[in-house]
Amino acid sequence: MHPVRRQRLLAVVFIVVAASVAAALLAYALRQNMNLFYTPSQVAGGEAPAGTRIRVGGMVVEGSLERASEDLKASFLLTDGAARVPVTYAGILPDLFAEGEAAVATGELGPEGRFIASQVLAKHDENYTPPEVADAMEKAMGKARESSQ
Amino acid sequence: MTFTQWFHRLGSPRWFYQASGKWLPWLAAATLILLVAGLVWGLGFAPADAKQGNSFRIIYIHVPAAFLALAGYYVMAVAGAIGLIWKMKLAEMAMRPAATLGAALTFISLFTGALWGKPTWGTYWVWDARITSMLVLFFLYLGVIALHYAYTSRDAATRAGAVLALVGTVNIPIIYKSVDWWYTLHQPATIKLTEAPTMHPAMFQPLVVMILGFYCFYALALILGLRAEILHRERRTRWVRELIGEDAV
Repeated sequence: MHPVRRQRLLAVVFIVVAASVAAALLAYALRQNMNLFYTPSQVAGGEAPAGTRIRVGGMVVEGSLERASEDLKASFLLTDGAARVPVTYAGILPDLFAEGEAAVATGELGPEGRFIASQVLAKHDENYTPPEVADAMEKAMGKARESSQ
Repeated sequence: MTFTQWFHRLGSPRWFYQASGKWLPWLAAATLILLVAGLVWGLGFAPADAKQGNSFRIIYIHVPAAFLALAGYYVMAVAGAIGLIWKMKLAEMAMRPAATLGAALTFISLFTGALWGKPTWGTYWVWDARITSMLVLFFLYLGVIALHYAYTSRDAATRAGAVLALVGTVNIPIIYKSVDWWYTLHQPATIKLTEAPTMHPAMFQPLVVMILGFYCFYALALILGLRAEILHRERRTRWVRELIGEDAV
């Protein structure tokens, strides 16, 4: 290769490598801030700051959702499998919010570890299934559960 | 013909203009067939999603547009690098149309994502790693376009645009892996390189057709943009004058 072109090629490689190193350092320095939410384990471990607006994300525990009968107040538990965070929220929950599905709540960590949410978002998973197939899977799983009992 | 000869011939705008004229009808036909088939199949015949209902169908636009927004960035950056190192005219000319196309595709994926986010997540926008890095990609494309007009010297403009394009390449793996590296609201990838897609085949097949259709559309639009750029930059050369003269008669 012509020496001038070789030099230009090295310059191009240098630009890409330098930018990558800079971005990696930036991402490393901001590693917690890059996350949209804290997990229930982090909240339980005291990593999440109290008294300031944060987000907590996890799976809504089956059977934990309670809705008030006269207003929009709702409470539920968020879990990541290791720890649980109780959440209270007054407002309209998204259509796709459901027990056993993931959700992200924005709000403040109150006293006694209760999370007071001002916004709750449903987090969708990467699985796409037609309704008939989902029904069939549900039935098959129900049967498996019955036979195991 | 050796590789170097082929490389030099590809670098000739005139040769490319004449050769690409022959590819265009085929490419246009493939684009039309794939996009129409994919849209009718995906929007009309694919089953609805068990949880999201019909709103999931935006995936047939959102995912192909996002794919090409990312792949197109590499097209632009590689063209920039070839322009910087070998001073290949054709590569320098390809950057500008690639930037416009990429910006448009990035905008489409952000916009369709916002439309889908409202019924699914409950919000149009959230500053998670995936969406924010995608917005950065949009600004990178706009930056390359802006630099193109920021200099009076074409060489300086091309060089500045190429350097910005190369710096921005670091963002592409970040966008791609953001959903795995950090906690985001955006779900992880449905289509993976190494594993089976987490999508029912009846929904996945039209998506593949749409992705192929978008690839063809990208190639078609890039070639058309490049041909316009060639005519504009070579407007004083004899072959372009002859071409225009012939067309006018």
